[in-house]
Amino acid sequence: MDFVLIQFLTGLSSASALFLIASGLTVIFGVTRIVNFAHGSFYMLGAYLAWTIVRAFWDWGGREPYLFVAGVIVAAIVVSLIGVAMEMTLLRRIYRAPELFQLLATFGVVLIIQDATLAIWGPEDLPLPRPPWLRGFIEIAGSRFPRYDLILAVIGPVVLGLLWLLFHRTRFGVLVRAATQDREMVAALGVDQRKLFSGVFFLGSALAGLGGALVLPSQSANLQMDLSIIAEAFVVVVVGGMGSVPGAFLASLLIAEVQAFGIVLLPKITLVLVFLVMAAVLMVRPYGLLGKPQAHARAQSGMVEPVLRPAPPILAWAGIAALALAASTPFWAGAYALTVLVELAVFVLFAASLHLMMGPGGVVSFGHAAYFGLGAYGAALGLRYLALPMEAGLVMAPLFAGLFGVVFGVFVVRLSGVYLAMLTLAFAQIVWAAAFQWVDITGGDNGILGVWPSAWATNKSVYLWLSLALCIGATMLLRRFVFSPFGYGLRAARDSELRAEAIGLDTARLRLVAFTIAAAAAGLAGGVYAYAKGSVFPTYISIPKSVDALLMVLLGGVQTVTGPIVGAIAYHGLFVGILQTTQYWRAALGLSIVLLVLAFPLGIAGFARARWERAKGLEAA
Amino acid sequence: MSAPVLDVRSIEKRFGGVHAVADVSFSVAAGEMLALIGPNGAGKSTCFNLVNGQLRADGGEVRLAGRSLAGIAPRAIWRLGVGRTFQITATFASMTVRENVQMALISHHRTLWSFLSRAADKFRAEADALLAQVGMAEQAERPCGVLAYGDLKRLELAVALANDPKLLLMDEPTAGMAPKERTALMELTRGIVRARGLACLFTEHDMDVVFGQADRILVMNRGRLIAEGTAETVRNDPAVREVYLGAGTTSGGH
Ligand SMILES: Nc1ncnc2c1ncn2[C@@H]1O[C@H](COP(=O)(O)OP(=O)(O)OP(=O)(O)O)[C@@H](O)[C@H]1O
Ligand SMILES: [Mg+2]
Repeated sequence: MDFVLIQFLTGLSSASALFLIASGLTVIFGVTRIVNFAHGSFYMLGAYLAWTIVRAFWDWGGREPYLFVAGVIVAAIVVSLIGVAMEMTLLRRIYRAPELFQLLATFGVVLIIQDATLAIWGPEDLPLPRPPWLRGFIEIAGSRFPRYDLILAVIGPVVLGLLWLLFHRTRFGVLVRAATQDREMVAALGVDQRKLFSGVFFLGSALAGLGGALVLPSQSANLQMDLSIIAEAFVVVVVGGMGSVPGAFLASLLIAEVQAFGIVLLPKITLVLVFLVMAAVLMVRPYGLLGKPQAHARAQSGMVEPVLRPAPPILAWAGIAALALAASTPFWAGAYALTVLVELAVFVLFAASLHLMMGPGGVVSFGHAAYFGLGAYGAALGLRYLALPMEAGLVMAPLFAGLFGVVFGVFVVRLSGVYLAMLTLAFAQIVWAAAFQWVDITGGDNGILGVWPSAWATNKSVYLWLSLALCIGATMLLRRFVFSPFGYGLRAARDSELRAEAIGLDTARLRLVAFTIAAAAAGLAGGVYAYAKGSVFPTYISIPKSVDALLMVLLGGVQTVTGPIVGAIAYHGLFVGILQTTQYWRAALGLSIVLLVLAFPLGIAGFARARWERAKGLEAA
Repeated sequence: MSAPVLDVRSIEKRFGGVHAVADVSFSVAAGEMLALIGPNGAGKSTCFNLVNGQLRADGGEVRLAGRSLAGIAPRAIWRLGVGRTFQITATFASMTVRENVQMALISHHRTLWSFLSRAADKFRAEADALLAQVGMAEQAERPCGVLAYGDLKRLELAVALANDPKLLLMDEPTAGMAPKERTALMELTRGIVRARGLACLFTEHDMDVVFGQADRILVMNRGRLIAEGTAETVRNDPAVREVYLGAGTTSGGH
């Protein structure tokens, strides 16, 4: 029983921190409909700022508790000002843009803040020196329980109470609640939307900063805090119901307790457990525990999908020329060029597979790296446990990924919008966690090594030709699908579900088949990549890898079929050519993302096509 | 008259406290144009949605050529031969006009699950013939997203005809059109209905169109049928005059 009590209390204290982050995220989403990836970065900044400010206060006035409290509050306020600055300079310009662009823009901010933090505070973890009053223990049921954790456990409910007062007793709070229920209504009442949104970002970022500052005494500030907390915060917000603060409270309790007991009872799958809980909740309650279906299913975001036309012949010739050039590199370029070209071929297929779902399918996956990684692991596990040669491994890769595609897809295609994006993210995190934590099978962080091609393909030139044949061949096949009756049906389901069903199309099945094909194609890309590198690692499945794929598609332009190909080449070129050579490549990439979202919402190919159509006098939709 | 194509018996639908459709019965015969009229919110669109499976009835029965449609999904009902146009047009904006019709034909001929052939080459002639029937042949290549509202309505008619239906459901097919266009479109529809022996149920707020084109008229108000008959009978029905004149309108809500 004592064990249960102690774990329960541990759960309560981490629930508090989780609730602080998640409540800020959910309030921001409720009012502005922005899914703020940078929220985790604000949490991280809170911890770093508190580390600097609290120590400065202590140097000045001794290590008094009240100075700790003051330092934490100042840190939270600084963070909230940073949040408002982001809202005013960046987000304000993209409130009407598609959800995906908003997600990506805030992810760009994540990268920028990561490098800024690295530049200011350096790469080491920064623990807060703890005076005796912070180190104390309390005797509970015969065990010693950290006193600070007990204080944390109380802070959660206290903040919930304060938020309740704010939302029910102040004009600002009432507006926030009204806007969460019906944004158009508030706008119609003549409320200054700009002020309201900035205010909401102030509040939400302050909560994130507060959370970061408060966990500092028990965790120390580090550079991984942002992405690790944001994934959990998303889970809490989605499980609680997006926009619902009480829902976030319930969900943070649920998740934190699942973690607290999971660590003891099922130590091998703690990471998976959280996402399993989320997937389970979403299956039963697609809008989360206390969420409601969004009143206005986001009206047309101002972007009508244009008519798809086959590429002009000149583009086909350019493609053939580029392919011939790539295939001839062994005769005139060095080994490094061959390596880069293999990667390029892989990423072209990876991007094209995501595009099938995103473009014609209208299903934006935030976890496409899962299928890339599943393909790679499919090949590697086949080698390790079944001694499969490369030829069989490359068949295994798409099958393995496609199989998971069907299973996950069944659940994914039932949702839409943000919930769908979050569910795909959750599934990707499950796969990642399995690869990372299931050390006996997958080798965990060390990955699986020795995944080399068969003898006939070990030669770099031969492997390049093989990669080109498989990846470009599969990409061409995907292109063909887009113009086939199946591809048209998929677009029909995206354009008007009502009409599609009314002419006999099974829209859910169309999406599921597309999801599976996309997963299998990404799996093939992963398999080719695995044999090129000779190894597989959990990083193949990480969130940044999924974002890579999204960026390639967007950079090229989601509305054209050529887009993902151009995008993959441009992105990889950018990456290899410029970004990797500079020290602060993350910040450079983050800035490029932000600029891309602000300046080129159509992508490179989309931009070119708009030009071409105008020049030809073709009507665009 | 032979057995009706559509036979609706005492259907019911409630939305919370609103009794949207209350004990409504009617039938439509092959080659017949049946108009369903009534003020805004009378329950006309709800009736359509009950017939084509978009909504599930709380009671009553819908039969198509003698076969009960209870519990069948819209896409299956479409396969049984029910074509439909929507009050708010629903078309595929990222396709050309012809491709919209081709899409319906592809579904009708069950060639959807083909991955390698080119959709744009499928059933082209058939699609063009349908477009010609509704006067949209010259616009076949245009993106559907740029069409005028009246043209979208015409396109929807072509799409609804693509599966060679027995029953045509048209919810306000002429809304948003000029008066002359309205009569032209409904005359065209009537021609097709007669020639192919379809049954056609339509709603319409323009009384000139209704009285000019319908063989028979049903009048609904607040979920109930209040009158039924020829243009003459309905025009002189006191209950109908009460609803329309009492509400201060002579030719519907538009
Ligand atoms: N999905 C729904 N949920 C709740 N109430 C509904 C729904 N659909 C219709 N109603 C209500 O049912 C009643 C009938 O609506 P319906 O759309 O069938 O009317 P209508 O005769 O087609 O009107 P109009 O001429 O404006 O198209 C109205 O009171 C409407 O508000
Ligand atoms: Mg209606």
